[in-house]
Amino acid sequence: MSDVVEKTLTALPGLLSLDSQPGSNKLSSSSKLGNLIRGITELTSKHEEEKLIQRELTSIKEQVSSPNTSMRQMKELMVRAIYCEMLGYEASFSYIHAIKLAQQGTALEKRVGYLAVSLFLNESHELLLLLVNTVLKDLQSTNLIEVCMALTVVGQMFPKDMIPAILPLVEEKLNHPKEIIRRKAVLALYKFYLIAPNQVQHIHNKFRKALCDKDPGVMTASLHIYLQLIEENPEGYKDLTTSFVTILKQVVGGKLPMDFNYHSVPAPWLQIQLLRILCLLGKNDQSTSEIMYEVLDESLRRAEINHNITYAILFECVKCIYTIHPKSELLEKAAKCIGNFVLSSKINLKYLGLKALTYVVQQDPKLALQHQMTIIECLDHPDLIIKRETLELLFRITNAQNVTVIVDKMLEFLRINKDDYTTIDLVGKVAELAEKYAPDNEWFIETMSTVFSVGGDTMQPDIPNSFLKLLSEGFDSVEEDRKLRLFAVDSYVSLLQGEPGKLPQRFLQVISWVLGEYSCLRADLEVDTVLRLLAKLLDMKTTSSETKSWVLMAMTKLCEGGAGVSVARGVYETYSSSLDTVLRQRAQELQHLSQDPELRARVLPRHTGLEPLEVDSSLSFLDGFVSEALAAGAAPYKPPHQRQEELAQAKALSLEPYGLSLPLSMSSCSITDRQSPTLLSISSGLSGNSNDLSHKGGLRLDGVKRVWGREGYLAQREPAEESAHVEVPSTLRSPSQQGVADGSHSQTPTHTPTPEPELEKQQLASSLFVGLGSHSSVCLMGKSEPTPQRFRRKARSPASSSGASENVSHSLVSPPITVDTLMCNNLLDSHITSEPDVSPLEQTPPLSLGLAAANGSCDEELPDSDVKGSSPSLIGDDALVAADPAPHEEPPKDLLLSSYLPAELSGLSHSEITPLSSDQSLDLSACHVHKEGDLVLVVFIYNSSDSDIQQILLELDSEELEVSCECDGAVGGARGHSVAVCQYSLSVKRPSVHVELVGTVSYQFPVGTPQSGQFSYKLPLSSFIRPLTLSTEEYGTMWLDFSHDTKQNLTLISDDPEPLAASLSVLKKKLQLHVVEIIGMEGIVACRLLQDQPCLMHCRLHAGTLAVWLRSPVPDLPDCLMYFCQRALQEH
Amino acid sequence: MQFMLLFSRQGKLRLQKWYVPLCEKEKKKITRELVQTVLARKPKMCSFLEWRDLKVVYKRYASLYFCCAIEPQDNELITLEIIHRYVELLDKYFGSVCELDIIFNFEKAYFILDEFLLGGEAQETSKKNVLKAIEQADLLQENIDFQMRLFAGVMVPNLVSESSGLFQN
Repeated sequence: MSDVVEKTLTALPGLLSLDSQPGSNKLSSSSKLGNLIRGITELTSKHEEEKLIQRELTSIKEQVSSPNTSMRQMKELMVRAIYCEMLGYEASFSYIHAIKLAQQGTALEKRVGYLAVSLFLNESHELLLLLVNTVLKDLQSTNLIEVCMALTVVGQMFPKDMIPAILPLVEEKLNHPKEIIRRKAVLALYKFYLIAPNQVQHIHNKFRKALCDKDPGVMTASLHIYLQLIEENPEGYKDLTTSFVTILKQVVGGKLPMDFNYHSVPAPWLQIQLLRILCLLGKNDQSTSEIMYEVLDESLRRAEINHNITYAILFECVKCIYTIHPKSELLEKAAKCIGNFVLSSKINLKYLGLKALTYVVQQDPKLALQHQMTIIECLDHPDLIIKRETLELLFRITNAQNVTVIVDKMLEFLRINKDDYTTIDLVGKVAELAEKYAPDNEWFIETMSTVFSVGGDTMQPDIPNSFLKLLSEGFDSVEEDRKLRLFAVDSYVSLLQGEPGKLPQRFLQVISWVLGEYSCLRADLEVDTVLRLLAKLLDMKTTSSETKSWVLMAMTKLCEGGAGVSVARGVYETYSSSLDTVLRQRAQELQHLSQDPELRARVLPRHTGLEPLEVDSSLSFLDGFVSEALAAGAAPYKPPHQRQEELAQAKALSLEPYGLSLPLSMSSCSITDRQSPTLLSISSGLSGNSNDLSHKGGLRLDGVKRVWGREGYLAQREPAEESAHVEVPSTLRSPSQQGVADGSHSQTPTHTPTPEPELEKQQLASSLFVGLGSHSSVCLMGKSEPTPQRFRRKARSPASSSGASENVSHSLVSPPITVDTLMCNNLLDSHITSEPDVSPLEQTPPLSLGLAAANGSCDEELPDSDVKGSSPSLIGDDALVAADPAPHEEPPKDLLLSSYLPAELSGLSHSEITPLSSDQSLDLSACHVHKEGDLVLVVFIYNSSDSDIQQILLELDSEELEVSCECDGAVGGARGHSVAVCQYSLSVKRPSVHVELVGTVSYQFPVGTPQSGQFSYKLPLSSFIRPLTLSTEEYGTMWLDFSHDTKQNLTLISDDPEPLAASLSVLKKKLQLHVVEIIGMEGIVACRLLQDQPCLMHCRLHAGTLAVWLRSPVPDLPDCLMYFCQRALQEH
Repeated sequence: MQFMLLFSRQGKLRLQKWYVPLCEKEKKKITRELVQTVLARKPKMCSFLEWRDLKVVYKRYASLYFCCAIEPQDNELITLEIIHRYVELLDKYFGSVCELDIIFNFEKAYFILDEFLLGGEAQETSKKNVLKAIEQADLLQENIDFQMRLFAGVMVPNLVSESSGLFQN
């Protein structure tokens, strides 16, 4: 008893001073937090607040570190610390205590601890590692609330490296009887998927189970994962479309419990999530889209209540309808729906209406015509956000006829806009439009001038770059080029004569470059005048030194003759002593070149046209100099990576920091987790980086480029450039005439007289929406159509300019496609020629579809077994998630089939023979045979009918595998009731835990229609693993060379006196690994993926577990192998 | 969702929840600029903002602004309803909630938010289920509290707030 009394007494002071939230949740004035908050509100100045908070923080700091503070007090202190942080004062000393509170507190204290952790730290914070143990403990707790708290924090943040430690526990929670736990576990896995997709790839079938959960909340949670998965790979989840459609149908039909209603709309969040998923699945896929038409129609129909939430659903619906394969009936309804948005008096709906219009206008330009008056109104809306969205819409409908009006509106907006992000974005768009659709030279130059002055120095550097490129490279007519340049010179001269001080630096750079290059085109313009204007720029205080060097370059180009020399001397005197070395160099150049006309003519050739200058990029002219220097005893040159390597060898210990201090882009290679970065990866990183640098300096290079020969920095440019020159028919009709025609058109409104402002709007409308009528809709829909584009760039060889990256990416993408189609065609062609009576696959779509549905897929590890287990789920039995393996009538017995194995394979171990597909006449089965350097897939084709089949065609394909056939795809014939055998050799392209083959079989009886069927075959990656025999030294060198690795602690076989040896022998037996050596507590193991993809393993006994570290040059291989090792040891 | 901020008409931050990892400095900068931008907007204006490279959805309830930053492909209207559902949850829990409730019991407001949104995604949209989860945890605590108080014999008086509810606007 006295014990209890004593405890109570020690707890008393703490209790007295505490807030303690009683039953009612209202605030308690006596709490310290309350006092603090009240104290702050009474203060008047920021300074006083600062003083008060600092005092508060000092007192908190004192108390948290005192050993006498109870967890209860700690909770209260933590709340105050959170409050101080929210006000913007740092309380980092409390972070560690927050973790302690989460660990040691009970119930609400723990909850506050976890809350504080999640507010204080982010997922990259190092202290988070200390939370792992607590989470681990709480996940195993019998108290549901503690489990919930742990899952909540895991769902928000968790250190990536520690996921394996808790993954099994979280996975286990997917089967928890409480739905709240299952739901949180699903969301935690979603979080894991986002930060480390590899770690959870083996539990994809569990996601399917979550999708079928009987609790709608858990099912909804699983949709987050599916949305992500489908976004990355829509092809892989097409089979789920019917399930999603069924779920949506039931939700829309009100089959969910009332709890899920929100303002009497059934589960809107769920509906929107499903619509987004359907949108991704149906994109560019007619047959999948057809499945969803009905439910989309119903969604549109059901959403009738006038509430935000129904509009949210409608908006998603409309987006989906316009994304998937179009159906005119639905499009019509969706268009009407957009009308409701646009015409709504609620501003939020109007905004979304504009957004939807922007989204669909490229498919349906008439819709913009329909709502033109609303669009005009929105253009003058006082809310800039609405205005901005309207401009976005107009940007999409711009064509050569309305460009002037639209660009005008955009520039108008730019002048009042204050947000930098919007300015940068919009300036880019104006520049794009101007270049694409400019009606004439004057307009183009003037618009670009406005862009440069408004865009200032924040705009993307590629705008001035591409403008200068456009000027210098010219178009198709020499005369037009001259005119454009002349006009630019004129307009810039007059700008400089005005107030150049107000112009942004970027613009001044453009101006000086243009004047330097082209002012000579204007014969009546004295060089002297231009030089004086440029010199004025040099004298301005606001001019940056970068601009000054541009100006000096321009002057160097210009200073010819007497007047030039005197100006040059003046400038030289000022800048030859400048602190800026670049300026000093430019001044020197100016001085020398102005005095030596011959040298100047060679260095700065005029009127070179398009002929590229030869540049010796290997610098061979320096060879003599180098050999002289070497002869005189100089050290030979070493590239940086070599120097680095030598440095690393000299001081093996200090390696990591040096590695880190290199300006490497770490994303390309995982040097950071390596113990010894190899020469190779560093050098690649470095070269990548230097490329980056040269790109960054793009603006400067462009200006200077001309001087040293246009192709100076682009040595790879092919000399075939001239021949690539494409004749583009220039716009024949005079642009100015067109402008007049437009003007007159807009000034003669067809409507009866209307009040003045109305009239104005209609005029605006007719000039904005000109060219949008149905006749020109083609040109609008595909912007690649031959629009009358004025400034058509010349065709350039790839990798020559800013278009290079685009070209490269195209060339990267297109070849495989063409190869594919070529191969496909060839196959079919040869097939047709050889067997004219068997029509190719494509001609039998309905039949093959039916077959595919009947046959389904047969996987070795069927995920649907547990899918079917959860029967009372939302998805009806009629919509099973995975296809059901069709019952096989009487396929030939396994034993029987194995006798058909080719003789050379019969002695080797093979997998169980699994049925692939069957129909009334053909039964397909397959197995894989392990050869030492190969994996052979054997397909048995059993003709169960009475008649003979002459030709059977098998096609196999896989994303992860390379399939090479030993029988050319055509199996030949199969007599009635006999078996034909086909062999394929498989190798891994891309490791994944399970690899899948999909195939098509097509055949035809002598009499009857062609038949075809589809099947799939799944096999584990472990089938491809072979032992790799190595010596310990070889292992050592290879280990350092591999860049992809993973680490995990696995369960040890503990019932053996020698756990390490026992575990390794299990791995050796089950996975065919080669144990290189066992040294005390450590073991090294090696294996390979068929021939040439090694993977090394290092194991260590550590605290009762097996710490495994895998490394390989092949990405994803370590992760996959880890999975198999884990399985092998668990199954033991 | 990238983050959620609650702030008062005076620009004082009342609640902040970040679903993307950012450093403190960046958070402060974003908060400061965003609060300014939102406060400068007039009542009749659109609730959506394109701000920097983010999309921001905000709504004002009485003296409090609720503000969410979402990804470009997200649905603005449903985000507006997420805010509304959160306010409903607060209202139900506190019983006619007002700004003072959130100031003085901000940890509770965080707990409710964590039950409603997890990792930036709507976790549980059923009002009943969210409050059930919170109340269960509260109950556990109260049991402990009750035992403690029984021993100590300490009762803490309650004060009723005197501010207007968020829904009365």
